[in-house]
Amino acid sequence: MRETLLDIENLRVTFPTRQGDFQAVRGVSFTLGRERLGIVGESGSGKSMTGRAILRLIRPPGRIEADRLAFHGQDLLAKSEREMQKIRGQKISMVMQDPKFSLNPVMRIGEQIMEIYRFHTGAGRSAARAKAVEMLEAVQIRDPERVMRAWPHEMSGGMGQRIMIAMMLVTEPEILIADEPTSALDVSVQTQVLSIIDRLVRERGMGLIFISHDLNLVASFCDRVLIMYAGRIVEVCEAGKLHEATHPYTRGLLGSLPRIDAPQPRLEVLRRDPAWAEAPSVSGRR
Amino acid sequence: MSRVSVENLNVWFGDGADRVDAVKNATFEVPSGASFGLVGESGSGKSTILRAIMGLVTTWSGRMTVGAFELGKKRPKDFYKDVQMVFQDPYASLHPRHSVDQVLGETLSLHGFRDIDQRIMKLLDDVGLGPAFRFRYPHQLSGGQRQRVAIARALAPEPSVILLDEPTSALDVSVQAEVLNLLADLREEHKLTYIMVSHNLAVVAHMCDATAVMQNGEIVEVMSVADMRAMKPTHPYTQHLLDSSFGYRPNAAQSA
Ligand SMILES: Nc1ncnc2c1ncn2[C@@H]1O[C@H](COP(=O)(O)OP(=O)(O)OP(=O)(O)O)[C@@H](O)[C@H]1O
Ligand SMILES: Nc1ncnc2c1ncn2[C@@H]1O[C@H](COP(=O)(O)OP(=O)(O)OP(=O)(O)O)[C@@H](O)[C@H]1O
Ligand SMILES: [Mg+2]
Ligand SMILES: [Mg+2]
Repeated sequence: MRETLLDIENLRVTFPTRQGDFQAVRGVSFTLGRERLGIVGESGSGKSMTGRAILRLIRPPGRIEADRLAFHGQDLLAKSEREMQKIRGQKISMVMQDPKFSLNPVMRIGEQIMEIYRFHTGAGRSAARAKAVEMLEAVQIRDPERVMRAWPHEMSGGMGQRIMIAMMLVTEPEILIADEPTSALDVSVQTQVLSIIDRLVRERGMGLIFISHDLNLVASFCDRVLIMYAGRIVEVCEAGKLHEATHPYTRGLLGSLPRIDAPQPRLEVLRRDPAWAEAPSVSGRR
Repeated sequence: MSRVSVENLNVWFGDGADRVDAVKNATFEVPSGASFGLVGESGSGKSTILRAIMGLVTTWSGRMTVGAFELGKKRPKDFYKDVQMVFQDPYASLHPRHSVDQVLGETLSLHGFRDIDQRIMKLLDDVGLGPAFRFRYPHQLSGGQRQRVAIARALAPEPSVILLDEPTSALDVSVQAEVLNLLADLREEHKLTYIMVSHNLAVVAHMCDATAVMQNGEIVEVMSVADMRAMKPTHPYTQHLLDSSFGYRPNAAQSA
């Protein structure tokens, strides 16, 4: 039998605005097993808010509602803020979309990784230090000793992203929610970083939610994909079959990609159909 | 004639054990009206080269020219009218408390324009944002809209050279297509020269004529886009990049 780590039914995220309530996520349902689940969809479609809602990281007055939001069968919406703090980072980690925002600008990189590791494992300083260096090496940082002593503003875009991944993986979570984790990495380093995540899924049974706008990457890296539009899921498919997707929105996204092997004078742009937003959300539960 | 040329550029930061040689002996030329790509390893010095051209780093040696200007430690006043940059991080590069109107208005008055009102409307129109966006703040814009504002700000002084650092990596593919079409139209219309950093080889192939490939501070190869499309690199690192650019393959991770 397939083990279910997360079970989500009819998830809604709502922000009150002056013009009335705005629903960023409008009734999304899916399960996550020990698998690599991709979420794709255009800017503003609700991908990040879905990920943040799982960890209850939506700031008030924003609201999270769901018929079911269960981690190992336990209702996450019923947990106290204290209990959630234990879950965040240790059981479920999230790599945020904007690494420079998530790093503390006035703390050296090494201290930040060590602090997280010590908080969750109770390890001593020297063990934490060794672990931090090891993680930086694993994410292909060329000069880990220098980077340990460096400040966030001294890092390149892609280095910041890899440091965030190192920080989130150091506690060996059961679920990793990765929001655009490799968008600033060259394809070679990206492959290396993904192989670490891949190994955690295959060898330790970690569950992965992989939010990305890189359709080719999701097609080749994930097991299943949810395609989101205007706060709903419009299509669910096996990742390997993403290129055969049938929804006109998914086809439109695929059609707007430039290609190395086929030059085009102009790129296709998406023509949106209001009916896409009206159709009920497709379920990604199984 | 070459519009931008960089010869034996070295850039370093820090000293002692923390010294980083971020760019080592980089040389390339960009003809007028062309688009030149910078691709390569994360942390290999791509952003640093753009920042050096813009005069945002002080510790460098070598020779850089833009048009007839030879660049020294300081940039002449009118340099920023001719050369503009769109930064890697669209979140960080716009001030959170400045509306679109303020961002564009201040840039225009800084460069001595008078007809600011008209120009703001024209700029918004150029980047495909309607007048409705004029008084919005960054947090009221999507990632793609924010990036267009950053591009509008770069266009405001009517530069002839624009340095673009990952202009579409924060965008979804449909907005990416819109932004790339826009950049191509603007280049055509205003005869612009671009230097464009991207880790997406298909984006570079679409936009550029040639690209430098960087690894660990060095340019290991300058290749034409025709050679890139034909998958004919000369350096093994470029080969490796091209091989990895068609999605994730577990075995590629081991062989690297
Ligand atoms: N505090 C807020 N108040 C009002 N609306 C918000 C707030 N935060 C987010 N939104 C809106 O919620 C919607 C979904 O946002 P979300 O960040 O999930 O998009 P996304 O799919 O991750 O997009 P991207 O690819 O650009 O990261 C967007 O339309 C956004 O403008
Ligand atoms: N202000 C600084 N102080 C110290 N080191 C710096 C500074 N800015 C950049 N560096 C270092 O210079 C090197 C090159 O950084 P750069 O930002 O140019 O890389 P990049 O090629 O743009 O990478 P990415 O694709 O990840 O953005 C990195 O090792 C970085 O840590
Ligand atoms: Mg997002
Ligand atoms: Mg960079």
